[in-house]
Amino acid sequence: MSAAFGTDAPAPGSCARPHGPDEGALFRYLLRLGDLSLVLGQRLGEWLGHSPALEEDLGLANIALDLIGQARLLLSYAGEAEGRGRGEDELAFLREHREYRNPILAEQPNGDFGCTIVRQVLIDAYQLELYERLEASSDPRLAAIAAKSVKEIRYHLRYSGGWLVRLGDGTEESHARVRSALDALWPYTAELFAEDTLDRMMAEHGVAPRLAEVHAGWLRRLDPILAEATLERPRDRPYSWHGKRGEHSEHLGYLLAEMQYLQRAYPGARW
Amino acid sequence: MSTLDVSRQWPLYEVFVRARGGLDHKHVGSLHAADARMAIDHARDLYTRRLEGVSIWVVASKDITASDPSETESLFEPARDKIYRHPTFYEIPDEVKTL
Repeated sequence: MSAAFGTDAPAPGSCARPHGPDEGALFRYLLRLGDLSLVLGQRLGEWLGHSPALEEDLGLANIALDLIGQARLLLSYAGEAEGRGRGEDELAFLREHREYRNPILAEQPNGDFGCTIVRQVLIDAYQLELYERLEASSDPRLAAIAAKSVKEIRYHLRYSGGWLVRLGDGTEESHARVRSALDALWPYTAELFAEDTLDRMMAEHGVAPRLAEVHAGWLRRLDPILAEATLERPRDRPYSWHGKRGEHSEHLGYLLAEMQYLQRAYPGARW
Repeated sequence: MSTLDVSRQWPLYEVFVRARGGLDHKHVGSLHAADARMAIDHARDLYTRRLEGVSIWVVASKDITASDPSETESLFEPARDKIYRHPTFYEIPDEVKTL
């Protein structure tokens, strides 16, 4: 495992650099963004052929493909920032779970359709608030990736938010199911906004926004959807998730085993 | 769907897509959706995945009134022998290219 994965502490003197954060930090930050998209995209792909209706099968698959597309752009860029010759494929298929930097909300199992929708709303709203601000990033390439992604994410939230309202304000059973999913998944959202050294460094260099700002925007966006879905926003609780630093739940290993199987079994396989 | 009971399925919608500005909306197919908003979302996902359109209309299939196939003859046959309604008796000058 490379030293770049070992710590999120800034390199000595990095703040003195005139042209932005050092490449190692940028690499690690891009992994956080790219891994969230990749892992969530893979999760949504599991619905293929299992959705409640043919139309939803395509809806979820479309979102999954958008997310995989984002991951490809972000991981390609991450590989270049790292400068060790790793491309999107090496980063996606040949890293261990501890090298993955997605917040662990993304890797939580699909559960029922309602649970998938709750997870999606929470992440879509987060991504939208984050990427709208990343459009103004001091890093022009990241800003361009964000500008492309924002259009996709806006639709994702329209889809997931629409479904959350239907289910929350639907039957007794659909309401109970999304309510319990919301209660179960809510604690994992804390990690999205917990700013660590790396997040702070990115904000100081103007690469990324302050997470407190993203958090406030997220709540402003989420609250009306929850209200329309007749769902109460759960209380924040202390948390100890550190997917952004590579400490994951047991679920990620299974997800990667399935996603990476082909490249592990047949290294370099192409079609 | 766990059941084929038609009454429990989402209602059917007809989908019309405008390929680009200036063209008509064309019927492209149908889909099931709980309501019109969901029908738009589904139509977007099913029928505009390959950049087929810039605008979508959806209409509940039950709201479409169709001509009766048994009346096809009386409705359409009478037009068959009225060829003078086609503007085919004009000579078109060679210079006119786009007519």
